[in-house]
Amino acid sequence: MKEYSAFSLLRNAISYNRNWQKAWRCPEPKPKYDVVIVGGGGHGLATAYYLAKEHGVRNIAVLEKGWIGGGNTGRNTTIVRSNYLWTESSLLYEKSLKLWEGLSQDLNYNVMFSQRGVYNLGHSLQDMRDIERRVNANRLNGIDAEVVDTEQIRKAIPLINTSANARYPILGASLQRRGGVARHDAIAWGFARAADAYGVDIIQQCEVTGLNRDGGRITGLETTRGNIQADKVGVVVAGNASVLASMAELRLPIESHPLQAFVSEPLKPVLDAVVMSNAVHGYISQSDKGDLVIGAGIDSYNGYGQRGSFHTIEHALQAIIELFPSFSRVRMLRMWGGTVDICPDACPIISKTPVHGLYVNCGWGTGGFKATPGSGWVFAHTIAQDRPHDLNAAFNLDRFTTGALVDEHGAAAVAH
Amino acid sequence: MLLIKCPWCGERDETEFSYGGEAGISRPKDPFALNDAEWADYLFMRSNPRGAHRELWNHAQGCRRWFEAERDTMTYKIASTKELS
Repeated sequence: MKEYSAFSLLRNAISYNRNWQKAWRCPEPKPKYDVVIVGGGGHGLATAYYLAKEHGVRNIAVLEKGWIGGGNTGRNTTIVRSNYLWTESSLLYEKSLKLWEGLSQDLNYNVMFSQRGVYNLGHSLQDMRDIERRVNANRLNGIDAEVVDTEQIRKAIPLINTSANARYPILGASLQRRGGVARHDAIAWGFARAADAYGVDIIQQCEVTGLNRDGGRITGLETTRGNIQADKVGVVVAGNASVLASMAELRLPIESHPLQAFVSEPLKPVLDAVVMSNAVHGYISQSDKGDLVIGAGIDSYNGYGQRGSFHTIEHALQAIIELFPSFSRVRMLRMWGGTVDICPDACPIISKTPVHGLYVNCGWGTGGFKATPGSGWVFAHTIAQDRPHDLNAAFNLDRFTTGALVDEHGAAAVAH
Repeated sequence: MLLIKCPWCGERDETEFSYGGEAGISRPKDPFALNDAEWADYLFMRSNPRGAHRELWNHAQGCRRWFEAERDTMTYKIASTKELS
């Protein structure tokens, strides 16, 4: 892999940009791999990268049925934060945030991580009590967090409606200054390029149609590009987790729902922080390109169609206009949907399974993007060592049998 | 937006309904006979298919009655709705 640098920019400019090396190869699948990762989204590519980098595994393939980063990685609202309430989840997301902070250097790829601060608004006395509790919990876990009042919010975000007469008046917020946004495509491309440099085969247009087992042990996969043998298989397919698990006769506590997002026409800079509100359920930031990036809640019904219902969009925009009345004149440019894997306790499953050599990483629901590097890091450890890291030990599949759930529903900063 | 046919009221807009998840999951008749794994299966595990899905809906803003629908989770097309048996 040729390093990206100011020099390489200059050198390639002189040759009219004709000699750039391809960022990753497009190899034919080999008959056998040590580890096969199913799913070429951010989490899958990060898993492959850390398997190669941290654990010295070299014979790895990532299978992707479409194109890399074409699923939820390319469809989210790119918010990164780690201000979760419970210790188990906050430490996992904080590991991820720490990796984000060095990721552009580590991958030699600019992931445009911008730590512009994340505000989670409180609209009632109870909201503010919950915010204070969460901020204190975060600080005890070594995560930066502070409570800000209405006046501080008004100064930092002049366009927000801080009137006491608002339907949902803003009484304050939690602020995580290290939180922010990153470029979603760059994280897929950066991990793909860096994994490829370690010899990871990234195989696109290759859909897995079956998981082969022999006496409770995984032996390989059937794909649309032929059979592939594998010692270990890691399944990181977000909304399609139940479909893959059913190929090994496993049942998961996952339901797949549509989640929609949209962007406005580009505007001059008007909003330099991420604003989220649990009560009115909206979240918004402004991208470097200038468009407002807005996320909705999930549609209520199960759906794999990567689209949802219009009233869900309407609901999210009502919330945004409630917070930012001046945005009522902004026109929306594009909208789209993804398929998210909702878990009963709103926490991921990063776990071994009853099938030896088969590992699952799913259940991130609506909040997986922020976890991309951390998820890959702990999942790589789980696969390579055949046991979870301390950071993901609580997020095993067994918790639904033992009852040791990590209940982040409503405990997290926003319904995610 | 879905157009859902309530067995009693006819076709109505999706916003009149609330979703009740997978159909056909009934509460264990003898709760003490179940082990932890069977409880986990009843409480949490779902078939979540890509394709035909039997599911419950409630006509919350209408007749307020529950019914069962068969809907495709890829196309969202509702094949049929019927009263609960």
